[in-house]
Amino acid sequence: MIPGVDGFMYPNEVELQWSLLIVLYPYITGLVAGAFILASLERVFKVEAVRPTYRLALLTALAFLLVAPLPLQLHLGHPERSIEMYLTPHRSSAMAMFGFVYLWYLTVVLLLEIWLEYRADIVRMAQTTTGLTRLVYKVLTLGSENVSTAARIIDDKVGYTVTVIGIPSAFLLHGYVGFIFGSIKANPWWSSPLMPIVFLFSAMSSGIAAVLLLYMLSMQVKKRPIDMPCLDTVARYLFYCFVIDFTLEMLDLIHRTYEADESFRSLDFMVHTRLFFSQVILQICLGTLVPLALLAATQLFKFGALARRAMYITAGSLIMIGIFAMRWNVVIGGQLFSKSFLGYTTYKVAFATREGLVPAIALMLLPFAIFLLLVKLLPPWPEREVVDAAGEGRA
Amino acid sequence: MRRLLHDAGHLVRPALVLLAGIGLFLVLRGAVIPKNFGQYGHYRPGALADIRQRPISFAGQDTCVMCHDDQAKVRAAGKHAHVACEACHGALAAHANDPSAVTPKLPETGSLCRRCHEKDASKPKWFPQVVTAEHSGGTACNACHLPHNPHL
Amino acid sequence: MDITRRDLIGIGTKLLVLGSVGATLEQITGAAPPSEAYQMADHWWGMIIDIDKCIGCGNCVRACSKENNVPQGYYRTWVERYEVEEGKQPRVESPNGAMDGFPPSTRTDVKSFFVPKLCNHCADSPCVQVCPVGATFVSPDGVVLVDESYCLGCRYCVQACPYGCRYLHPAKDTVDKCTLCYHRITQGLTTACCENCPTGARQLVDFKNPHDPVHAFLRDNKVEVLKPYMATQAKVYYKDLDGSVR
Repeated sequence: MIPGVDGFMYPNEVELQWSLLIVLYPYITGLVAGAFILASLERVFKVEAVRPTYRLALLTALAFLLVAPLPLQLHLGHPERSIEMYLTPHRSSAMAMFGFVYLWYLTVVLLLEIWLEYRADIVRMAQTTTGLTRLVYKVLTLGSENVSTAARIIDDKVGYTVTVIGIPSAFLLHGYVGFIFGSIKANPWWSSPLMPIVFLFSAMSSGIAAVLLLYMLSMQVKKRPIDMPCLDTVARYLFYCFVIDFTLEMLDLIHRTYEADESFRSLDFMVHTRLFFSQVILQICLGTLVPLALLAATQLFKFGALARRAMYITAGSLIMIGIFAMRWNVVIGGQLFSKSFLGYTTYKVAFATREGLVPAIALMLLPFAIFLLLVKLLPPWPEREVVDAAGEGRA
Repeated sequence: MRRLLHDAGHLVRPALVLLAGIGLFLVLRGAVIPKNFGQYGHYRPGALADIRQRPISFAGQDTCVMCHDDQAKVRAAGKHAHVACEACHGALAAHANDPSAVTPKLPETGSLCRRCHEKDASKPKWFPQVVTAEHSGGTACNACHLPHNPHL
Repeated sequence: MDITRRDLIGIGTKLLVLGSVGATLEQITGAAPPSEAYQMADHWWGMIIDIDKCIGCGNCVRACSKENNVPQGYYRTWVERYEVEEGKQPRVESPNGAMDGFPPSTRTDVKSFFVPKLCNHCADSPCVQVCPVGATFVSPDGVVLVDESYCLGCRYCVQACPYGCRYLHPAKDTVDKCTLCYHRITQGLTTACCENCPTGARQLVDFKNPHDPVHAFLRDNKVEVLKPYMATQAKVYYKDLDGSVR
């Protein structure tokens, strides 16, 4: 009897291959995609109400994007060979796309858009600061200090185009992760054409929730008033995204239960036992039904600003936890049952090893540290006296 | 036009940074990519030679028979005709390589024979199997059976 | 003393034997480089397994482990025991992959048999399809191999294999699996598992060899591959495989 195994597993299946870090990776890229989509709401779809969160969303996306490759590096048996994905990418493998899509999104979309948006501020700070800070800003100007109105109008136009390109790029950055799982015919828990879309909408939900929470937290810390119409609009789009996500997940569940193919009995048993807490309690009840009810209530009934803020914080936090649980259920759940459909194994999260709990927590905290750094370097909220000039520049 | 170029001039800079990056990557790639990668398919052809050169542990019965043809003749006449030498005697390529330096130990029949011939409901019915405790009561198998030609 | 024809024949045979032994020993120890007489294009390797001949002795598992230095707790090949009772899910076990055989069973009330398993060396392999860098591949002679100096250890291929034949080597941190004893079959030997199978349940086959027994085997018997619906073009064929086998 093998400890932790019920029934029969193929001998090499007993040990899980993709650990907590592989749960973390889609979660992080999901936040990136979601935050960026929120930013594009204002830039491309002209939802003016969410303007106060625009720069914040970009910085959130960048902070998480910079951390995204790290769980993968820690997971690889030979991280020093990861350059091979750039040298000899295997075109039939979805995973080989990662390197290129990531670099494309980082450079041509996110960094470029942030540079264009912040250029005026960077030039101003390069001119007004001293010492090492001045050097940093000077480098960031890339040598050009042209912030004339005409130049800034061009920046605006180019930034718009970059955002338009950025939307499908963000979809690709996170959608391909869904395809990595969805295209594995060997695993019936993963193999589904719905997988990339479910991943995408849950990513958008978690990303928008993240920006919503960060906005409220930042305003609290900076002791500034929260723009309630902005917050209400963000929450409204969060609700829309989440409804679609819920619908897709329900569709998957109903379809599986109805067709009840060979794998169903085994998967059903797994959900009721090993995945009960993470799937039924965390993902479905706390992570989906409760926030859906809260958000629906704010849309249907009138609540005071304080009550709404409390509901948004609760719903947003639960959504973020629920989407993490969803990633856990997909990645870990897909490895808990045997491909013989005759047994189950257990996943024990290691503590301080390379793929353990400690690095996972560190990797989840790191983006917030980077975010703080970015906010200091590129303040999302222009000073009062520059507001008018900034308003003028953005035609 | 000149006005446009003047106002858009700063956009050249990030473009240059990107191009420089791509250029650097291409140079690095040319230097680091394994030789002849893709010759037979999307892999390093040297891997085939690497795997072929791994050391061998089992000599194979054709080799054993070259020196031990007396035992081979005895075996060929009986039920163990198609049981390879090393199936019972263990991996002996080292012995075939240098017979005097590596002398194999004779296998212990008690546990060895039981592995195949202990009665088991899952074994095919045609296969000779006994409950050894009842059959021999602890006596060594080769007290009665000649291992190379075991049928009595 | 006259040298008779018989003497000459005797001397000639001994010289021939000595020459062959010498040549074979050279091949075994690898003193000479692999013979270029082996042309990959002339071969397309696979395996045939006869369920009715498997006695679950575990010799194949032990031999493979010895020949290929397989780390303990991981299996390039293994044997499963099935106990199929009417109207119930099959009961399957594989104690330590059958490295030490199986504890004898007295359950004569159920249908029970042994199933040896290994990498199926699929011609349309899903594991090769998903490798991001080209570290695993199908060789020109039909063997699915891993380039251990190129593998990143991402384990995508382990997830993609429907048969559970891959694992991460704990010391090398690269993916490992059955190589069909490529280092042996390219030198005219058979695989370690087939060599040591006492009943001939497992046999290495070469589809491109017109005289290979595989052609008669496939034509004259009811054969099946594991999980045919996965359409991986598996090249390990089983004779008399029961429908309950997963």
